[in-house]
Amino acid sequence: MITLDSTDADGTPLKRRVVSSSIRGRLAATIAGFGTLAIATCALAPLVGTTPISLARALDPSIPFDQNVDAQIFFVARLPRVLAGALVGSTLATAGVVFQAMLRNPLATPFTLGVSAGASLGAMLVIVFGGVLTLGPISTVPAASLAGAAAATAMVYWLATRHGHALSTSVLLLAGVTLNSFLSAIIMFVQYFADFAQIYRAVRWIMGDLDVGGFDPLLASLPLAIVAFAMFALLPSSLNLLSVGKDAAAARGVDVARAQRLAFFSASVATAAAVSLAGPIGFIGIVVPHLVRLLVGVDHRIVLPASALFGAAFLVACDLLARTILAPVEVPVGVVTAMIGGPFFLWLLVRKS
Amino acid sequence: MFLAADRVSYTYNRRTGVEPVNAVCDVSVRIQRGSLTGLIGPNGCGKTTLLKLLAGVLAPDSGLVALDGRDLAGMSRRTVARRVAVVPQETHPAFEYSVIEMALMGRHPHLGPFQLEGPDDLAIAYEALAATGTAQLAERSYMTLSGGEKQRVVIASALTQTPEVLLLDEPTASLDLGFQIEIGLLLRRLNQERSATMVMATHDLNLAASLCDTLVLMRNGRVLASGNTREVLTSAMVRQLYDVEADVRVHELAGHLTVVPLGRIG
Repeated sequence: MITLDSTDADGTPLKRRVVSSSIRGRLAATIAGFGTLAIATCALAPLVGTTPISLARALDPSIPFDQNVDAQIFFVARLPRVLAGALVGSTLATAGVVFQAMLRNPLATPFTLGVSAGASLGAMLVIVFGGVLTLGPISTVPAASLAGAAAATAMVYWLATRHGHALSTSVLLLAGVTLNSFLSAIIMFVQYFADFAQIYRAVRWIMGDLDVGGFDPLLASLPLAIVAFAMFALLPSSLNLLSVGKDAAAARGVDVARAQRLAFFSASVATAAAVSLAGPIGFIGIVVPHLVRLLVGVDHRIVLPASALFGAAFLVACDLLARTILAPVEVPVGVVTAMIGGPFFLWLLVRKS
Repeated sequence: MFLAADRVSYTYNRRTGVEPVNAVCDVSVRIQRGSLTGLIGPNGCGKTTLLKLLAGVLAPDSGLVALDGRDLAGMSRRTVARRVAVVPQETHPAFEYSVIEMALMGRHPHLGPFQLEGPDDLAIAYEALAATGTAQLAERSYMTLSGGEKQRVVIASALTQTPEVLLLDEPTASLDLGFQIEIGLLLRRLNQERSATMVMATHDLNLAASLCDTLVLMRNGRVLASGNTREVLTSAMVRQLYDVEADVRVHELAGHLTVVPLGRIG
């Protein structure tokens, strides 16, 4: 055992430094802060809209629900949409964090590896060719986008593991970028066969939309999100080491192949859950992790939960903006996130170089 | 024997069969507890691969590596990492970790999956930083440090693992003369004062001659010779290793062997 005494290199006694805040304190403060923000945003967002309502009246138990217009607007018209924003925002933000650490690339997004292109192609095929297709109670577009996401994920994973059981991050990136552009080409090809109504639906889907129309779509995506978050919970300290380097991680006791697989599949599942619910809403997966890192540092044990909570608050706020900025016209939320995310992305690039 | 490789071989790309590279071939080395062993040889001779095999980061295709008589293959990555630490040639994190965060990552194998480091872990990390003379940098961003400071922080991170064995891959490769000497002194101090067992791969024959009590000389994935530094580091051996004619003698002022290359053969 290499034991260390408390003297400095030149032999002077080491003054034990008082660290202002331990990881435990920082984690608790981060969760409390971002958690309050997320809950407050989700509670207040349904109150705002073209018809102003009062939270007190909406929650008043003395008025029967069928006579309480405020409650109906709050719970039926607006709450599913806000909760969809929270679910999608938090899954995309955390998927971004995981992909960035695993690929050792701060500019990676949940869509870098082709998951969203696969989902888009799936959705597109059903929108254009699936007019007569029904799967009983399951809505076809989300199911098809989920299948597309799964196919793309499997394809990229197969490509990156062909030469041995460890994932090659460079092959992953190359395969993802190639698959993205190839699938985009197929999407264009499919669009060629579509009529105007189908193209309108397809374009709106690709822009991303949180108006999910009720709680059922949310409940369909929830199990996937729960699986992804359960896997995320095992990851943070391995992500710290993976982002330092594969060899460094292995030398510090990380089972690199297992940690990479867990990271890849958890982030892919999270992305698929989000995209099948609301379409590929861009920039959340890169803006939120970077903002969070600016606020709380880069330790993934703090960045991951903080991004989950801040991602929820951020997308709900963006959607609020999308609903109200040009009211009564609604702007697609994907346009709002792109308007905020695009310049932010550029600023990051400029700051880096 | 404390750490021993017994007839280990490792081939890259063995699985795919595309351009397989025999990196290490039938190599046996024995590392004594508390020794400082130098791993010497030309580029591509298998030094780094042998270090990874000794660390258990790579599993040998044949043969076995044993720590205290126990086969590394039977231990989990965590268990090995609690006893064996590695200092890689260069470390480039993707994010701006602070120096203390880098050091604390050394506690990873000692913490459970949901366990956060406590005051004891923090104390160990600060003591490691102090031992490498980097405690005053604790709150700085690792990326903003000089090459010498970075290497010392990475050594501190390895020490934070509280290992019994420290494996170093060319720890002075990218450093200027001043930092080379500084790292050399640090390693000798850690070896002598704390009886750390160390294996160091290096291209710097003079550094190896000044620090190491034992040398392992490798070429083309095989061990040419190993043993006491003064016995194995000869001009004949330098010729055999590098095809270089060299004058090897004990320097009067330095008090250890020095190697002065005179020219390449052929």
